[in-house]
Amino acid sequence: MAHTRDTILPKLLELIEPLNRKGIALSEDTSFASDLELDSLTVMDLVANIEDEYDIILPMNLLPELETIGQLADAVAKIVNG
Amino acid sequence: MGDLFDKFDPIIAEKAALLATGVNDPFNLVMEKVHSPTEATVNGRETILVGTYNYMGMTFDPNVIAAGKQALDEFGAGTTGSRVLNGTYQGHREVEEALKDFYGTSHAMVFSTGYQANLGLMATMAARGEYIILDADSHASIYDGCAMGNADIVRFRHNSVEDLDKRLGRLPAEAGKLVVLEGVYSMLGDIAPLKEMVAVAKKHGAMVVVDEAHGMGFFGPNGRGVYEAAGVEADVDFVVGTFSKSVGTVGGFVVSNHPKFEVLRLVCRPYVFTASLPPSVVATAATSIRKLKHAHNKRQHLWGNSRKLHSGLKAKGFTIATETAESAIIAVLMPGQEACARMWSALIELGVYVNMARPPATPAGMFLLRCSLCAEHRAEQVDIIIDRFVQAAEIAGISLNA
Repeated sequence: MAHTRDTILPKLLELIEPLNRKGIALSEDTSFASDLELDSLTVMDLVANIEDEYDIILPMNLLPELETIGQLADAVAKIVNG
Repeated sequence: MGDLFDKFDPIIAEKAALLATGVNDPFNLVMEKVHSPTEATVNGRETILVGTYNYMGMTFDPNVIAAGKQALDEFGAGTTGSRVLNGTYQGHREVEEALKDFYGTSHAMVFSTGYQANLGLMATMAARGEYIILDADSHASIYDGCAMGNADIVRFRHNSVEDLDKRLGRLPAEAGKLVVLEGVYSMLGDIAPLKEMVAVAKKHGAMVVVDEAHGMGFFGPNGRGVYEAAGVEADVDFVVGTFSKSVGTVGGFVVSNHPKFEVLRLVCRPYVFTASLPPSVVATAATSIRKLKHAHNKRQHLWGNSRKLHSGLKAKGFTIATETAESAIIAVLMPGQEACARMWSALIELGVYVNMARPPATPAGMFLLRCSLCAEHRAEQVDIIIDRFVQAAEIAGISLNA
């Protein structure tokens, strides 16, 4: 089954929910740094989980450009279908 | 108008709150006098040092000291120049010869620090379109070198052979790849399964670098490091190391058998754009390295000390990061930042210096009191360290395992 942004976004929300310690409402506009306040180790775990979910590589040097969950979904969709 | 320092306010506040609890500052300690590799005066008190990385106790070796003094007299205090201009003296050549002999390699390149050796190698060896694959728990100098270069950076879960294999398998087969491993991971003192990891890296056509900063001097038949003990010397393309641990001075290096290795002297910016090590430093390093090659008794003594401290602390009810003594680093787990600082502070007042380590330097948010053993620790010093850990736990109100 092909993955599209529409299938990827809900999956990402599901992977991120356990890291949502502040219990905020997650959406594609949620920011990793200012809303979720994820530390670098948590980000590392999340990245590894996303990589394994889609059998892709999400290079570390791409991460600073991805501020929101929506931007992450775009990036994953691009890599999965690239 | 914004004060650029405002972004550090949370760190300033955290430190102030910690010090307000009355503990000594673990990151602002002064060694007033240093008597030997294992003893110093701190806050006017005689203190046993067990957090120095001075594994082989070479800092006060008489031959090492004499070589440094002679070089200071004959070549002056410093080179005032880059290795590629006026900063390569006879001593820099000699220490590179000593390294080639110690490692059995055809090339050796000396940097001004170990940090710069990693910075230079990572930033230079992999370019745009190429990949660096590194362990998640890699040292800051490796991460910083990756950030300085243009390669795509891929992390794998700490010491997971399967995770490394999986990630390498997802990369384009034809792309250049550098797998970065460390022999000993310095935070927890655990060692890497290098035999399996190097085999996986080679299966995917990657070049391999192993950082032996915390393994040089006492792993393997010649003291080369964990990679020698694992029997993978033929498959490791680069070994990175430092003079600031077992060698007992300061400086960094990369050794290799690659026929094109010498080009790095022209293209590696952290090698080119900085002053070379002072003549006294390279002279002490060369003498120390030559002695380390034959330091079989010291190696045995160091391993004995490490096992004794590990089993002693464990028997008293402390939780240690590794099941057995895997290296000369014994990391004691603490329940949190305040407890860790209280315990550290109690230890320093009892005359024992260890390293306090906390996130983000530590993995998984751990707070640690890290001990690094020295071959020059006497058995009775190790007994005293264990006794004082027990006393400090009582003072700091830390409960021990039954």
